[in-house]
Amino acid sequence: MAEKTLAGKTVQVDDEGFLVNPDDWTEDMAPELAKEIGIDELTDKHWEVIRFMRKDFAEKGQIPSIRRMKNAGGIPTKDLYAMFPEGPAKKAAYIAGLGKPHGCV
Amino acid sequence: MKRLLILGGGTAGTMMANKLAPVLEENEWQITLVDEYETHYYQPGFLFIPFGIYNKNDVIKPKRDFYPSNVEVIMEQVEVIKPKENQIVMKSGKVIGYDLMIIATGSKVHPEETEGLKEDGWYKNIFDFYTIEGAVALRNFLKYWEGGKMVLNIIEMPIKCPVAPLEFVFLADWWFTEQGIRDKVDIKYVTPLPGAFTKPIAAKFLGQFLEKKNIQIVPEFSTGRVDSENNKIISWDEREIDYDLLVTIPTNMGSEVIARSGMGDDLNFIPTDPHTLQSKDYENIFVIGDATDLPSSKAGSVAHFEADVLYENILRAVDGRPLKSAFDGHANCFIESGFNKGILIDFNYDVEPLPGKFPLPGVGPFSLLEETRMNHWGKMTFRWVYWNLLLKGAELPIEAQMTMAGKKRQ
Ligand SMILES: Cc1cc2nc3c(=O)[nH]c(=O)nc-3n(C[C@H](O)[C@H](O)[C@H](O)COP(=O)(O)OP(=O)(O)OC[C@H]3O[C@@H](n4cnc5c(N)ncnc54)[C@H](O)[C@@H]3O)c2cc1C
Repeated sequence: MAEKTLAGKTVQVDDEGFLVNPDDWTEDMAPELAKEIGIDELTDKHWEVIRFMRKDFAEKGQIPSIRRMKNAGGIPTKDLYAMFPEGPAKKAAYIAGLGKPHGCV
Repeated sequence: MKRLLILGGGTAGTMMANKLAPVLEENEWQITLVDEYETHYYQPGFLFIPFGIYNKNDVIKPKRDFYPSNVEVIMEQVEVIKPKENQIVMKSGKVIGYDLMIIATGSKVHPEETEGLKEDGWYKNIFDFYTIEGAVALRNFLKYWEGGKMVLNIIEMPIKCPVAPLEFVFLADWWFTEQGIRDKVDIKYVTPLPGAFTKPIAAKFLGQFLEKKNIQIVPEFSTGRVDSENNKIISWDEREIDYDLLVTIPTNMGSEVIARSGMGDDLNFIPTDPHTLQSKDYENIFVIGDATDLPSSKAGSVAHFEADVLYENILRAVDGRPLKSAFDGHANCFIESGFNKGILIDFNYDVEPLPGKFPLPGVGPFSLLEETRMNHWGKMTFRWVYWNLLLKGAELPIEAQMTMAGKKRQ
C-alpha cells in the first residue's frame, strides 16, 4: 500500500491516490488534494460540496452520488460539473478524502 | 396461516412463485402474489422490434399463464409498503399483512428526468426502445428513414441490460447495410462511461467492434439536457452533439412504490445485502431482480441466478436458520453483434468478462468474448428458454455461481 504526506501527516493511499481510510482526512488536506487533480483554489461552493459529502458519508456509510448531492444536498448538477470538471463524483470524493466511488455496471 | 407475499410478478417474481409454490407447506403458508398489470413482456425482445425481427405479439403473454395454481394472485397497484407494520396497502385501500415478503418490482425508464427529452421531439425523432411503446414507434420511424445522423445515447448509469445499447448499434449497422443506406447513416455511441462497457477487458474488446463497424464512440458524456428544437444533446459540461435521430436510454429507476414507502436510494433501488439478498433494513424482507441496489448487472439472467440463492434463503428463513451468503453477482449475457453473429460474456462481482468456452470448459458450444454464429443462436433461443424454462423456475444447466473453469485469465 502506498503512502503520502498531506498537511504534515502520513496517510495510506490506493494506487490512484485516493485515501484508504476516510478517518485520516482533515480539512487542511483538501487544498493539497485539490491541487493534485488540477483544482487550484477551493471556493466556498467547493467547501459546501465537500462538507455535505463528509456528513452524508458519516451518516449513510456510502459516498453520495451526483443525484444524491442534488436531492439531499441541494447542489445543482450543473454547478458540480463546473466546479469539478470531467467527473465530479470522482474528483469531489478524492478531495473529500473518501475512497473511489463504486463504478457502475 | 402465515403469508409469503411476492410483490411484483414480472421475471423475478414469477420465478420465485414457481420455485416456492411446490415446496412450502400448504397448510402453513399461503403464497400471495401482487402485480398491477396482466401482460408479461419479454423485455429482451424489445431490442429486435425496431428492426422488424420481432413484432409486438412475439414478446407478450398473459402473466397468469405462468403463475402456479395454488398461489393467490391479486392484480392491483400497491400504493405503499409499511415495513414496520408488516403490511402493504393497495390502491383501493385494502390492507394485506405478511410474515415474509419478496420485493421484485423491477425498474423502468424515466425520460422526464432529463430536461427537454420528453418534449416536442419525443416519438417524432427521439425514441427509447426500453418500452414496448418506444420500440414500436421506432420501428415505424425506421421503416421510412432515409438516413442521417443517428445518435445512441445513454443518459446515466446504472441501466438494465447494460449491453442492450451496444446490441442496438450493432444491429442498426447491419440493418442499414441490408437496406442499402449504411453509407448515408452516421452512427454515434454516446456514453457516460469511459469506454464501450463497464469492465476493462470487455470494454476494449467491444470497443474494437464499434471501430470495425464504423461506429464512433463518444465516451464520458453525461447528458444534461436535450435541445429538441435544434436537435442537439448537451452534456453537463456544455459539449454538444447533433442528431437527426436520437435513440436514448433514459434514466432507469426502481418502482415509485419504493419511493412512496421511503425504502429506496435516490434512484428508488432498495439497499440489499449483496450475498444473501436480504433487505439491509428489514429482516423479513428480501429483494430480487432490478429492484435491488446491488453492483451487479440488472438482467433476467442475473435474476435467475439470484433466484437459486433466494429460494434457499427463503426456506432457511421459514425454518429459522441462518442465511447463506451465496450470491456472487453472476451475470451471463449474449450480445447480438449483427449479421447473424453474437458474443457471450460471463462474469461476477469480482471477475470481469474473460475469453473461453461456455458452459462446458474447452467444449462450449458457446464462446466467451468471441464473435460466433453459435452465440447468435444462443441469443435467439433465449426467448424460448425464457418462456418455457426460466419463468417456470426450472433448473438450467448452469450453476448460480460463476465458475473459472473454461475461462482464460489475460
Ligand atoms: C431492451 C431490453 C433488453 C434486455 N435484454 C436482456 C437480455 O438480453 N438478457 C437478460 O438477461 N436481460 C435482459 N433485459 C433485462 C430484463 O428484462 C430485466 O432485468 C428483468 O426483466 C428484470 O426482472 P424483474 O422481475 O426484476 O422486473 P420486471 O420483470 O420488470 O417485473 C417487475 C414487476 O413489478 C410490477 N410492479 C412494479 N411496481 C408495482 C406496484 N406498485 N404494484 C404492483 N405491481 C408493481 C410490474 O408491473 C412488473 O410486472 C433487457 C431489458 C430491456 C429493457
